[in-house]
Amino acid sequence: MALILERRVERARKWMWLSPLLALALTVVAGAIIFALAGVNPLHGLYTYFISPLMDGWDREKLIAKAAPLVLIGVGLAVAYTANVWNIGAEGQFVAGALLAGLVPVFLPAWQGPSVMAAMLLLGVIGGLAWAMVPALLRARFHANEILTSLMLVYVMRLAYDWAVRGPLRDPQAMNFPKTVRFEGWQVLPAWGEIHLGAAFALVAALVLYVVMVKMLKGFELRALGSSPRAARFAGFSEHRAIYFVFAVSGALAGLAGACDVMGVSRQLQAPYEPNYGFVAIIVAFLGRLNPVGVIFAGLLLALSYMGGETAKVTLGISDNIAKVFQGMLLIFILACDTLILYRIRWQGRA
Amino acid sequence: MKKILLSAAVAAMALGAASASAFAADKYKACWVYVGSIGDFGYTYQHDQGRLAVDKALGDKVETAYVENVPESDSATAIERMARDGCKLIFTTSFGFMDATIEVAKKYPDVKFEHATGFKTAENVATYNAKFHEGRYVLGQIAAKMSKTGTAGYIVSFPIPEVVSGINAFMRGAQTVNPDFKVKIIWVNSWFDPTKEADAAKVLFSQGADILVQHTDSAAGMQVAEEQKKLAFGQASDMIKFGPHAQLTAIVDNWGPYYIERINQAMDGTWKTQSSWEGLKEGVVNMAPFTNMPDDVAKMAAETVEGIKAGTVNPFMGKITKQDGTVVGEDGKMLPDGDILGMNWYVKGVDDKLPQ
Repeated sequence: MALILERRVERARKWMWLSPLLALALTVVAGAIIFALAGVNPLHGLYTYFISPLMDGWDREKLIAKAAPLVLIGVGLAVAYTANVWNIGAEGQFVAGALLAGLVPVFLPAWQGPSVMAAMLLLGVIGGLAWAMVPALLRARFHANEILTSLMLVYVMRLAYDWAVRGPLRDPQAMNFPKTVRFEGWQVLPAWGEIHLGAAFALVAALVLYVVMVKMLKGFELRALGSSPRAARFAGFSEHRAIYFVFAVSGALAGLAGACDVMGVSRQLQAPYEPNYGFVAIIVAFLGRLNPVGVIFAGLLLALSYMGGETAKVTLGISDNIAKVFQGMLLIFILACDTLILYRIRWQGRA
Repeated sequence: MKKILLSAAVAAMALGAASASAFAADKYKACWVYVGSIGDFGYTYQHDQGRLAVDKALGDKVETAYVENVPESDSATAIERMARDGCKLIFTTSFGFMDATIEVAKKYPDVKFEHATGFKTAENVATYNAKFHEGRYVLGQIAAKMSKTGTAGYIVSFPIPEVVSGINAFMRGAQTVNPDFKVKIIWVNSWFDPTKEADAAKVLFSQGADILVQHTDSAAGMQVAEEQKKLAFGQASDMIKFGPHAQLTAIVDNWGPYYIERINQAMDGTWKTQSSWEGLKEGVVNMAPFTNMPDDVAKMAAETVEGIKAGTVNPFMGKITKQDGTVVGEDGKMLPDGDILGMNWYVKGVDDKLPQ
């Protein structure tokens, strides 16, 4: 007796889009069970987690601010995954961008004016892009598995960041605490309430990449390389070029997200700095069906899971690890739903 | 599907509204923001004991709430959420919450804030701290008496003034007994990380230390000392149940009376910003019973405690030689408070370099 997965003959397009909703519903049900086990009234728990963070303006602003980095990173990853290139290391590219952007206020504190903001954002982009080029090169040149290399480089970058913030970048006035000076004036992104400029970048990035992926030849090339590399090669598409391209795009966007996060939210570099946006964005990309517009909605949903976790911690007094549990469940359910939509389970017995 | 979700949402909203109105609206709300877990049996646990003391003393007039495990790198959101949740007085209990507390306080001028162990105040931000270094001086004397190797191991979090002055006070105490006493220091760069703390304890013991001191929040070090039949001092809380044969004594923080006093003041309108800094004399710092030591050592320790309470003994009284050989202070006089609260140098004999 063996359990086998058999590819379904008919592929329901409708279900491709219903799958995330199904996953969400399953997460809600599983969440209710978890709340019940934690001794919280499940309805009250779900209300606190999913609905109360939407009830006032401040929360909604925070939600959008939280979604900004997830969407920025998520759209880049969606492009990479479409081309069957698995950049798992966006978290490292995010931190690289934050670190490079943070160099400006530390070493050129007097530099003010619009140019400094542009320079910091550009450094963020460069940082993420450069860090993403390492696994791209290793994959294209040496056929090293990019899942492993990009993931490992996250930890390398975290340590480099940690060293820098505890060492050369540390604010001498910070009482030996590992943080830099606070960013001031033009070193800070403009904001409307809690929403900083990064949210606008996220929206623009998603729309631009949507056009590229759906309306332009480049999008067709990447999809072709992703779904049938052999056929794509016959069509003259270069796999190497595509690898560099998608790593560059996803790395640059992750780096930009990192720069926006330190310029818009924390307004300084601090250690430890492990927001995990780069990892959560992987869920965002899948939940958004690797479609840049879908990613916007998925980003908002995952941002809600962060907000819900915080609210649950304060109002229900349960650990905010609950947010991680919800995020993990969401990913598992979406992957399971996708699998069962594309395949059917069959028992193969020795008859 | 949509209908089901919608009706569930409506039901949930009704439920949420019902439970929200269950709280009496006219109770004064006091809230705590903790860096660690209330189950750490150390620093955060003691603060929460203070909160529970408030519940007990003022429960009919005051509602309390807390949020735990708030990272120092992202505390503003948690503090602001508390302020928006109707908290009137918010205690933020970690040094690293300082800038965030000041920043949120600016946005919510009607809410009062109290920040533990920091040095920035505002119209609506007070600070409170305890003279933990007084207790550490006692620990130093006991350690120098009890150690066979003449070396203590010291687990520390961040090189902030409170921690540095603690190391210095410990050394000053030890040097009154054994001028050649040595201390080995490991920075774990965290307030609460039982795994790292336990590893640090093992390393220190393997390097020849036979007594453990800590300025981190968990009882992990105490447990390692108990396993290895070594000695240790509890931190922030009486950790005797984690080291019945290991604990010599512990510095016990007692915040309850302070919290009750300040909340009362806030309710009757006499609350003003201030910088509270009390120690053994006022009872904010207490010593756990002297255990696992001969009577003469316990007697010496008790006398030192009395001396500190009476003001005749103090870790930072008289001439102090710094690590670099320069001398500060005058005979018979205390070092100014500001020098202790901003301490950024080691006394002679500490075998470590402050990160610069």
